[in-house]
Amino acid sequence: MNKKMNSRILRTLPREKAFYFFTSIGNYTGESAVSLKEFVEKINEVNMKSLNFHLYRGDFQKWMAEVLQDKELAEELGKLQKTSLSEDSLRNQLYAVVSRRYNELTSQLGSLRKNPSI
Amino acid sequence: MKFKNNTVALDSTDFRILNALQDNARQTYTSIGKSLGIAHSTVYDRIKRMERHGVIKEYTAIIDAEKTGAKNIIAIMTIFTDPKESDKVAKKLCKAPQILEVYTSLSEELLIIAKVVAENQESLHEFIASSVAPLPGVLRIRTSMITKKFKETPFSIANNPKQLTFIKEKSNK
Repeated sequence: MNKKMNSRILRTLPREKAFYFFTSIGNYTGESAVSLKEFVEKINEVNMKSLNFHLYRGDFQKWMAEVLQDKELAEELGKLQKTSLSEDSLRNQLYAVVSRRYNELTSQLGSLRKNPSI
Repeated sequence: MKFKNNTVALDSTDFRILNALQDNARQTYTSIGKSLGIAHSTVYDRIKRMERHGVIKEYTAIIDAEKTGAKNIIAIMTIFTDPKESDKVAKKLCKAPQILEVYTSLSEELLIIAKVVAENQESLHEFIASSVAPLPGVLRIRTSMITKKFKETPFSIANNPKQLTFIKEKSNK
């Protein structure tokens, strides 16, 4: 566990570093996420076309790795990118992977704050 | 030359000179004078005055991009904005070298329409995602890529129906 790393992944980003949800090249939905927390929420809000567009282009994976700097989550999303899932299943799987990681990071950070010697 | 509402009062001779220049900006004062039936010194004076007052902004070359071998793609972006931020968004877009033209339009919502050039689809998407979507006030964006051009004409005195009639009437006399 690493407090610094967890805080970095869970931080709120400036607007220009946010994830912007598109449905196709140049077509912005108006939805964006400035943190992993907000990203988890948006998975259930944005339309399927947008989730499909970004997942199979590798945009989610790239944002996790390069902006949030969470290599572990990026790898998990990379595995999901290679599977061919139905639309509902894709949303559920995506939500499960990202929310699990978010909960893991927040609970670890909570423990570290309570007991800094861990 | 009189000014009214930021416009310059032009007479029929001025319009005929502008029309001749838009037809061919490289022709001489003498040639314009001959075709319009006026002295070349008159043509010279009128042109210099119109340049001074900004009626004639510049003389430029119109390039056929395809013939230069450029393989760029052109797209039209329709940007839906918060009305309070619209001018700021439009001004920021004007500063980007990828943006060729920017307009605002009021239909049901306040829109910005912009013409953008990019090397390929990926660089177009990258530009919109990293430089347009994050601008404060941008609500959503629709982008249409241009696949075939049927006509492209810069604004011309001859395209203005009112002036066109005026010019035709004068040349028939």
